Amino acid sequence: MINLKINDQHVNVPEGTTVLNAAKELGINIPTLCNHKDLCVAGNCRVCVVEQKGARTLIAACAMPASEGMEIYTNSLKVRNARKHIVELLLSEHKSDCTKCYKNQKCELQRLANEYSFGEEVFLDLTEEVKYKIDRSSPSFIKDDSKCIRCQRCVRTCSQLQQVSAIAVANKGSHQKISSFHDRPMSHVVCTNCGQCVNRCPTGALVEKTYIDLVWDAIYDSDKHVVVQTAPAVRVALGEDLGYDPGERVTGKMVTALKQLGFDSVLDTDFTADLTIMEEGTELLTRLKKALVDGDKEISLPMFTSCSPGWIKFIEHKYPKLLNNLSTCKSPQQMFGALSKTYFAQKRNIDPSKIVSVSIMPCTAKKYEADRPEMRSSGYKDVDYVLTTRELAVMVKQAGIDFRNLEETKYDSVMGDSTGAAVIFGATGGVMEAALRTAYEIVTGREVPFKNLNIAPVRGMDGVKEATVKIEGTTEDWNFLEGAELKVAIAHGLVNANKIARAVAEGKASYHFIEIMACPGGCIGGGGQPIPTNMEIRQKRMEAIYSEDENLPLRKSHENPEVIAIYNDFLTKPNSHKSHELLHTHYVERESY
Amino acid sequence: MENRGLIKVDLIFETIDSGKVLSKAFRMSNDEIIKEILDSGLRGRGGAGFPTGMKWKFTAAEKDQEKYIVCNADEGEPGTFKDREILDRVAYKVFGGMAIAGKAIGSKKGYVYLRGEYRFLLPQLYTELDKFHKLIKEIGYDFSIEFRMGSGAYICGEESALFESIEGFRGEPRNKPPYPTTCGVFNKPTSINNVETLVTAMMIIEKSAAEYVKLGTQDSRGSKVFSISGDTPTPGIFELELGMTVGEFVAEFGDGDTKAVQVGGASGFCVPRKKFDETIIGFEGVPTGGSMKLFNSSRSMYNVLHNYLDFFTEESCGQCTPCRVGCQQLLLGIEKVKKGEMKSVYLNELVKLADTMKVASKCGLGQSVGNAFKSIVENFREEIIY
Repeated sequence: MINLKINDQHVNVPEGTTVLNAAKELGINIPTLCNHKDLCVAGNCRVCVVEQKGARTLIAACAMPASEGMEIYTNSLKVRNARKHIVELLLSEHKSDCTKCYKNQKCELQRLANEYSFGEEVFLDLTEEVKYKIDRSSPSFIKDDSKCIRCQRCVRTCSQLQQVSAIAVANKGSHQKISSFHDRPMSHVVCTNCGQCVNRCPTGALVEKTYIDLVWDAIYDSDKHVVVQTAPAVRVALGEDLGYDPGERVTGKMVTALKQLGFDSVLDTDFTADLTIMEEGTELLTRLKKALVDGDKEISLPMFTSCSPGWIKFIEHKYPKLLNNLSTCKSPQQMFGALSKTYFAQKRNIDPSKIVSVSIMPCTAKKYEADRPEMRSSGYKDVDYVLTTRELAVMVKQAGIDFRNLEETKYDSVMGDSTGAAVIFGATGGVMEAALRTAYEIVTGREVPFKNLNIAPVRGMDGVKEATVKIEGTTEDWNFLEGAELKVAIAHGLVNANKIARAVAEGKASYHFIEIMACPGGCIGGGGQPIPTNMEIRQKRMEAIYSEDENLPLRKSHENPEVIAIYNDFLTKPNSHKSHELLHTHYVERESY
Repeated sequence: MENRGLIKVDLIFETIDSGKVLSKAFRMSNDEIIKEILDSGLRGRGGAGFPTGMKWKFTAAEKDQEKYIVCNADEGEPGTFKDREILDRVAYKVFGGMAIAGKAIGSKKGYVYLRGEYRFLLPQLYTELDKFHKLIKEIGYDFSIEFRMGSGAYICGEESALFESIEGFRGEPRNKPPYPTTCGVFNKPTSINNVETLVTAMMIIEKSAAEYVKLGTQDSRGSKVFSISGDTPTPGIFELELGMTVGEFVAEFGDGDTKAVQVGGASGFCVPRKKFDETIIGFEGVPTGGSMKLFNSSRSMYNVLHNYLDFFTEESCGQCTPCRVGCQQLLLGIEKVKKGEMKSVYLNELVKLADTMKVASKCGLGQSVGNAFKSIVENFREEIIY
């Protein structure tokens, strides 16, 4: 243990603890900006400088390990003067049109300015000297360099968490900026639109592209029937933007709020998550049969899940040779969109041209996905607008809804029923667990052999998870699988996805089925989720997801009554011709830079 | 030790028998080499002046099997051109110094990080390096050297940015600690020394520390090579004993009308005429990596300062706030004061900013911008305003 003094108070901390964290032990807050719990130390904003007795310069508390006998002052005159200067300097290169900014009152620089800078500006406004570019090319987010303070959180996110490096630091000195390959628009580089950078940007330099006003327009258009679907991970995170602690489930209140906002049908992406299990599970079993029994060499195994649009774009850019390994299933959002303008329209007897399909997603990549040319199989744009969890919270506030005191209500029908298997889609390993619950039962006629249906080996926050399920006691149709060991793997965060994809590409992986989610923790850690998102908070959201699952009466996708009904009434059977028309697709190869 | 005035010496460029000196060094133990360098009082010749013996001692104490010697030949300080001359004329002594340092710290591998603009030296340097590798082999010692090229960024002369650059990354300074002696290039213990430091170390092994300490002062032992430019009838490279005053220097190299000397390049200090006689060139006064630029009364100190700030605004890596934004503010600030768009008292605000940059910047670049700024603004305030 290391013994040091901070503001004349003694504290003992384990070796390797930073001064910043040692101060936290004493309840002393040191302001930070470039620091983020998910990322490596940068030490470049210098907002956290503190005074060390005897040192020539101030030190960055986030980057300095505590050492024996150290004496630190976090609020000396020297520190305050420097910190004030640093905040003023950041403000001088930041376009401070706060009242018009999407991040107004949610901006970390604004919070610091509140504390350290008031009255007249000390320094000259540098933003007048530079011609900044605002990049609106991505349907998912906006990159506004005039708001950028070069903390490089986004760069570290893109390289360390996602191993995409669509953005990097370019140029030096006053010309330094965060840029893409050859300064191309973000829509024309390897960016997966995952939004992890957006989630970590302390200012308004990276924000989601918002469609709130278009959704309000649709809601107020009496000619339109506005359908809204909510993704599994939204219900365990929305509360954070509305005053709840991380990990509180607000499903029922969210449904009520959506109804009060004026959506005509409030439905659940969980329904198509269950449907995805039927389609994807069947696809997997069919591929296995073709490969193992028929000896079809054309069949690509292992099969990757295809729910995560960030992952889809990643594989298109980086591993186009593996595109055939992707399940042909669309994501639950897009299945829902296609069905909202076909099946739902039929059932409810609404002209599909009058349906506006909105989805609430924990994700920014979903905005991109909804815009893809592949996603128009209903004859219309399957999903019209995608809002993030954060945008929904904004709408709730705009409407003046007293969220905390709302009654809890249930989703509308049809396409509002769900099972626990669908809910857990929101956490890494969830799609795999849901698929195994159903596939095992299809093949053996018995429940998957795990206590309470909880398949523990596929759960948790390890970057890459592996499991083997031995198939025994198969029914007659599936006896070619008797005794087989189904090998599965799960990865979340593209840095981990890359590990598995590389192993598969090099022929070093012996899996049959692989679940991949682009974001750390899966959708609960999505780029569209409330800010901040970090390991602790992801953990809490994950616990909420699994408790939601345990509390539902139905926990296997194939038991969802609406899923059974849609096969009887509309799709006939999984992977049917109709299914393929509406619920499946293929993706394309893209450049690798 | 008394100041003996300006004395020219010729040690750095003196021809020596490399094989003999290296054989002698390789017969010495690691501790003996380090002790000799410590006793000589040699301090880094790049400008920062860290005791070379200490650096070697710390690196030698690391347990790691893999260690590196890096020769910092990214000579980028404005007004410095002595390393180019050394590499041009006595490269074998640079390589010899690296081998001796390697022996001292337990490293078998050295890198020379050569300034991009010095690429023209490469063919002859490779010829010299081949000779050196042959010589080392004959002596029966295991040590090899590779070149790595810079690409023109001033910041890559900063040791940790230089490591990043060698490793193939963007040249940006790292957080310290850990220091290079524990975690340097490729995250291995590394001793990084200036070109001249390595040559001087070899000379000390040849002549002994006892001989070397006869030159210089208590704080600034020995001699060093100066790059002299500006308003002088005799610009060029001169090796001088340390300890002279700026006044003595100006008497030798000035044109009779010298009003200021910039000691240590853009990151150094500006010494005005009234302080010439009281200012010693060395670690007890104004330290320098060798750059000495003389200005006569025809020069506008505003232009001089503007030029330095322009340089820093361009050459800051841009990573940390005080340096990236601070440089721009200083530059724009003096422009606005000159134009009368800001009141002259704004200079006081800028001086405070320079102080913040000195204590809050991440690396030596941002920390030293204030040196030139403050010494020029404080001594030539009128020229900045009017």
